[in-house]
Amino acid sequence: MEKHVIQYETVRFNLNGKDVERTVDVRASLTDMLRNDFRMTSVKKGCEVGECGACNVLIDGEAFNSCIYLAVWANGKHIRTLEGLLGPNGELSDIQQAFVDEAAIQCGFCTPGFILTAVEILESGKEYTDDELRKLLSGHLCRCTGYENILRAVKKTMYRRLGKPMPEQ
Amino acid sequence: MYDMKALYQAKSVADAVALRLAHPEAQIIAGGSDVLVQMREGKRAGVELISIYGLDELRGVTLEDDGTLCIGSLTSFSHITRDPLIQQHIPVLGEAVDQVGGPQIRNIGTIGGNTCNGVTSADSASTLFAYDAVIELTGPEGVRRVPIQDFYIRAGKVDIREGEIQTAIRISRESYERTFGHYIKYAMRNAMDIATLGTSVNVRLSPDGKTVERARVAFGVAGPVPLRAETAERLAEGKPVSEETAEAFAQAVKEDINPRDSWRAARDFRMHIAVESARRAFIEAVNRAGGAL
Ligand SMILES: Cc1cc2nc3c(=O)[nH]c(=O)nc-3n(C[C@H](O)[C@H](O)[C@H](O)COP(=O)(O)OP(=O)(O)OC[C@H]3O[C@@H](n4cnc5c(N)ncnc54)[C@H](O)[C@@H]3O)c2cc1C
Ligand code: FES
Ligand code: FES
Repeated sequence: MEKHVIQYETVRFNLNGKDVERTVDVRASLTDMLRNDFRMTSVKKGCEVGECGACNVLIDGEAFNSCIYLAVWANGKHIRTLEGLLGPNGELSDIQQAFVDEAAIQCGFCTPGFILTAVEILESGKEYTDDELRKLLSGHLCRCTGYENILRAVKKTMYRRLGKPMPEQ
Repeated sequence: MYDMKALYQAKSVADAVALRLAHPEAQIIAGGSDVLVQMREGKRAGVELISIYGLDELRGVTLEDDGTLCIGSLTSFSHITRDPLIQQHIPVLGEAVDQVGGPQIRNIGTIGGNTCNGVTSADSASTLFAYDAVIELTGPEGVRRVPIQDFYIRAGKVDIREGEIQTAIRISRESYERTFGHYIKYAMRNAMDIATLGTSVNVRLSPDGKTVERARVAFGVAGPVPLRAETAERLAEGKPVSEETAEAFAQAVKEDINPRDSWRAARDFRMHIAVESARRAFIEAVNRAGGAL
């Protein structure tokens, strides 16, 4: 194959609950496809080498950095982005509201990635210690908040969903 | 967009082998957490890729009739850590790979990629060395099995021949039964960091917990490829479980390791942490085995 020949492939997958189909350049990353073909601009382009978590999405319920994932691998998968968390009239989900309430957002660039990892944590239905939560959130960089408010937002939502009071510090 | 020339997606192991033979210049991509990063850095720019990521038959851990644990090469780190057979028979491997990068990397990174990259700091490698893992490769002539020590040729170079892909990593019952292990990753940060030194120790004690029947220790970043410290292993064998044995075992690792100076750490420092990590990992492994020091 010559270098200038562009190779395309058709991918079918489920995006935020809807079955979708696109023909994409095989050189595209999942970030490229989600942003350019589906306008999922919550998926951020940060480092693009798997270090920062700004491009994080959920694939079949697990967190993946979409910058180091080929778009064509999406075929047959269930993919969720931050856009999929909103209610029918654009209402924020509990975890998004908690990020607002706890001032876990400043510039917001890291926020979608963090929130999707938080969704994976919350949907496990487990109760984690602070140390465990820190480890589970460790694949994300935030230049603004200093992480403590993010930890508190996730922890607060975890206890609320478990129906338990949050322990005193 | 990644700078790749072409992408071939394998539909089965046989298809992957056929694609390898048809496109000898093409490189394999499994989870891509090394390949795609290197492509972005320009190191693999313009190459052809054969993707094996879709081969679900290479995912998961099974126990064969003779007790051999067989880990499919595409099994991700997080799935290894969560696997009940790993937790039951060789929990130290699940703990070691739970220290790779961060959660998203552990969801994409595969144990096959972690060994095929030939990298000395790979967090799975020292434990696989310490358990005499056997690498299974499938190629045009069928299946070939190689002890992991022979699989590594030099830094970044492993024994994968024309048309082959790695399909499994196998650990025999003789190797893992009645053993207890501990892995220590020494790094600058707790997450998202490459090991300055990786140390994996496992022991098998006598039924009364008083004698070391067998001890194993392997390191990452103590040489150009992962390696075993066999002098220390021989020294501990048959010795009473004691602080003295732990100390002698730890000191003896210096006989077999050969770390280098790098920007991460000096050779002397790596020597120092190798001894200290071997001692601590040995003591922890003995404790887990129910022995009293
Ligand atoms: C941010 C970040 C942090 C990281 N942190 C760590 C860490 O802490 N510890 C660590 O050990 N690693 C770390 N890594 C490296 C990487 O995640 C691991 O080495 C991982 O195991 C690679 O697996 P993969 O499936 O993604 O490999 P790929 O990138 O797909 O492949 C790696 C190499 O192996 C070859 N290959 C892969 N599978 C096969 C196969 N079945 N048969 C033949 N050849 C094959 C490929 O051709 C390539 O040369 C990190 C990577 C990133 C991006
Ligand atoms: S942009 Fe993907 S991890 Fe940074
Ligand atoms: S809020 Fe700015 S990077 Fe996290």
